[in-house]
Amino acid sequence: MPPTQILTRPQRMRRKIRQIWGHDNFGHILTMAAGAAILIITGVIFYELFAQSSLSRHAFGLNFLFTKVWDPVAGIFGALPFIYGTVVTSILALLMAVPLGLGSAIFLAELAPPRLSDTLSFLTELLAAVPSVIYGLLGIFVLIPVLHTSIIPLLKNWFGFLPIFGGDFFGVSYLTAGVVLSIMIVPFIVSVSREVLLAVPQDQREASLALGGTHWQTTWRVVVPFAMKGILGSIFLALARALGETMAVTMVIGNNPQIKASLLAPGYSIAAIIANEFTEAVGNLYLSSLIELGLVLFILTIVINGLARLLILATARRASR
Amino acid sequence: MRKILTLAAFLFLTASLGNAAVLINGAGATFPYPIYSKWFNEYNKLHPEIQINYQSIGSGAGIKQITEGTVDFGASDGPMNEVQLKDFSDKHGYGVLHFPTVMGADVPTYNLPGLSAELNFTPEALVGIFLGKITKWNDPELTKANPGVNLPNHELVVVHRSDGSGTTYIWVDYLAKNSAEWKEKVGVGTSVNWPVGLGGKGNEGVSGLIKQTPYAIGYVELIYAIQNKLLYGKVRNAAGEFVKADLAGVTAAAAGAAANMPDDFRVSITNAPGKSAYPISSFTWLLIPEKFQDPEKKKIITDFLHWMLSDGQNLTEALAYARLPKPVVAKEISAISKIQ
Amino acid sequence: MMVSYSVRKRGSNILMFGLTGLCTALTIGVLFYILGYLLWHGVSALSLSFFTHLPAPVGETGGGMANAIVGSGKVLLLATIIGVPIGFLGGVYLSEYAGIKMASLIRYVTDLLNGVPSIVIGIVAYTLVVLPMGHFSTLAGGVALGIMMIPIAVRSTEEFLRAVPQTQRDAALALGATKWQAITTVVIPYALRSIITGTMLNLARVAGETAPLLFTSLNNQFWSSGWGQPTATLPVMIFTYAISPYDDWHRQAWAAAFVLLALVLIINVAAHGVLSRSKHLRRGPAG
Repeated sequence: MPPTQILTRPQRMRRKIRQIWGHDNFGHILTMAAGAAILIITGVIFYELFAQSSLSRHAFGLNFLFTKVWDPVAGIFGALPFIYGTVVTSILALLMAVPLGLGSAIFLAELAPPRLSDTLSFLTELLAAVPSVIYGLLGIFVLIPVLHTSIIPLLKNWFGFLPIFGGDFFGVSYLTAGVVLSIMIVPFIVSVSREVLLAVPQDQREASLALGGTHWQTTWRVVVPFAMKGILGSIFLALARALGETMAVTMVIGNNPQIKASLLAPGYSIAAIIANEFTEAVGNLYLSSLIELGLVLFILTIVINGLARLLILATARRASR
Repeated sequence: MRKILTLAAFLFLTASLGNAAVLINGAGATFPYPIYSKWFNEYNKLHPEIQINYQSIGSGAGIKQITEGTVDFGASDGPMNEVQLKDFSDKHGYGVLHFPTVMGADVPTYNLPGLSAELNFTPEALVGIFLGKITKWNDPELTKANPGVNLPNHELVVVHRSDGSGTTYIWVDYLAKNSAEWKEKVGVGTSVNWPVGLGGKGNEGVSGLIKQTPYAIGYVELIYAIQNKLLYGKVRNAAGEFVKADLAGVTAAAAGAAANMPDDFRVSITNAPGKSAYPISSFTWLLIPEKFQDPEKKKIITDFLHWMLSDGQNLTEALAYARLPKPVVAKEISAISKIQ
Repeated sequence: MMVSYSVRKRGSNILMFGLTGLCTALTIGVLFYILGYLLWHGVSALSLSFFTHLPAPVGETGGGMANAIVGSGKVLLLATIIGVPIGFLGGVYLSEYAGIKMASLIRYVTDLLNGVPSIVIGIVAYTLVVLPMGHFSTLAGGVALGIMMIPIAVRSTEEFLRAVPQTQRDAALALGATKWQAITTVVIPYALRSIITGTMLNLARVAGETAPLLFTSLNNQFWSSGWGQPTATLPVMIFTYAISPYDDWHRQAWAAAFVLLALVLIINVAAHGVLSRSKHLRRGPAG
């Protein structure tokens, strides 16, 4: 009959573990628990932000989002200039980082020999490990002088008539922050895009080449569209990083809570004001307002991610047609 | 599985290692961080069994953390106000003591291409510039105080701190003492709603911006101006003299306060009287709870305070901080006995 | 007509790939510029004592960041232990088990978590770990960074598992394996190399984070024993030293930044070497 009687205790334990591990539902339950943990952790963060900002939410209501004043001494707090700055710098960063990152990813996945490609992509990923504060300092001491002496005069010369390039340039600005951010987010686009490009099945390429397409045509018309979903995913990872980036942005954006049309003007971002003032915020309403800004950033991410999802869905549909 | 077990064992082992030394944690003001880290390091050399860990996370954070009880002591460049004191005693049932440690100064610093003259600033000029009313370098208020200097007909670029800071607190406290308009429109705090200008993060952010921006003017702690080789000007004090910031000027500013220091040491020495007083000077404080649950910690803190007020003061001037006036030291020594 | 067309085609081929090469050169160029800058400014502070000594106070030369190097290691180890299993299993769930609705919900929430600014995660770790414990600790820093590692672990695991050809799964199932057996014995090993690389990138990303550590692991001039005390970490040391007024500390900050990058590079290269040595873990047909 059952051989359990002659098994020693540890053997029984091991057998039991093997039974649980081997059960088909085990994997499902285990991984589902991890999925649930993610929902719970995010929920807790949201709840913390919501609960701790209650003072400010009650004091200002929805006006918080549309007020342009941030006056800690008088106790008036509004989020509008910060929301504007966050969105503008992130968009600028994407405009520069997407072509750069996607170009690099294509080169690394399609053209470079595997060994070189691996080495180069490691190097790219190192960019993600440079601490923000170093980006900030390099922004001040390297990027700003370059912008001052060569790039901005050119821009003003060619496009000076556009309001987005109007006004004086002091070095710190939306544009400077956008450039620094773009460098910081490139590695995310490169590494994930490269992986998904590499994962495109070889027969897709061979089919296109057999039909007489050049290497580039194959890449651009077949491989990239095939991997489009993953590429878009990488772009949104990068966007999320750009939205929340703190230390580097605050060192080069100018920290001026005003809304200016010119990209050359100093501005402010949500993460920057939290970083700037959280440590010194004395007074409950002040602190609560800063945490509500954190909540606003969170909700901004929800909205942008929602839009992103719709976009991915639309592209996926078009691709499948 | 075995790997995980080994890892767990490793974690457990490392966790139980090396609890020989007593660790005291403190946090707060960034401005005195260099001298504090020097002090705590020296003190550790004298008493290897005692480690006092001080972290510069900002004066406001220092006040917040000591109130929350996550650190053993706090530090701040501005004294705690009545509301904060009440918050503390409501939460703990006892009060918190201020102990001045050293003094420092804010200086107006600028970047004028092709001009290396040491400029004179009147309080009116500084108020006007930071209110956005004086917009050009050759404004009469500036030329009047600087005869013989050819100030350019160029827009001023105002730079201020973007993060809340004790440096800002000292600066705006000084401006508010000299201008009713400043006091009413902007007020005093570690962060204010600046009427004009660019914000730089930290003293280094402001220093960097001033270096990179022609025609810029801003304020930093004295030591940052010296170390970064920034030009900084003289400021007219309450006695009508233009004084350049140095240790003597700061010490002179504290002379008046030293003579009649309030019992809780919460005193502002901006705009101090006296011919040689530098007007934008300030104390910085350690914030120590009146009661310690742990008698060992209490002994370490009080011993350290005694050392800081005697031998410790000899280390200050090498790092460009002004040492405490003698009467203040004497008064503090008697205040140490308030710690229970 | 045909000739000019094919010439044009070839021309655009060369031109476009040339441009992508330029993009790569630009990106890598920025990295080398930063590395060179850090080395140039930090080389005088780099010595053996940098790796073996505690920080020296201002005014004294020498001293190192041994405690910060170990502290960063401890915080990152904790973060990996906390963040990677949740993220990895979550990724497996998304790729192998979850229904469409559940998957899109979790994916969406993961993106949200990824979008939470690091300083906000620091605030939350502060209220949930530091305040209840009553003091700052290595543990709190590990929790903050661990939370930050979850979203990327989820998304990269899912992405890489999806890239495993369906034929691999079908083959395992046809041999009579259960779904879970197929996943653990075929699907995960197939994608393991990519997953570990993804984890390295993830580590590299959080290794440089300063903001969430300021209010959790704080910093420490001395050795931190165990997991319940404040600890020095490289990014916080870099931050503190970079914003100080002293040239000597600036040099140390540059040197520390260089060391941080070098450590990340070594981790990456090591992972790479280990993985490519074990043959059966090689990437499938594409590589």
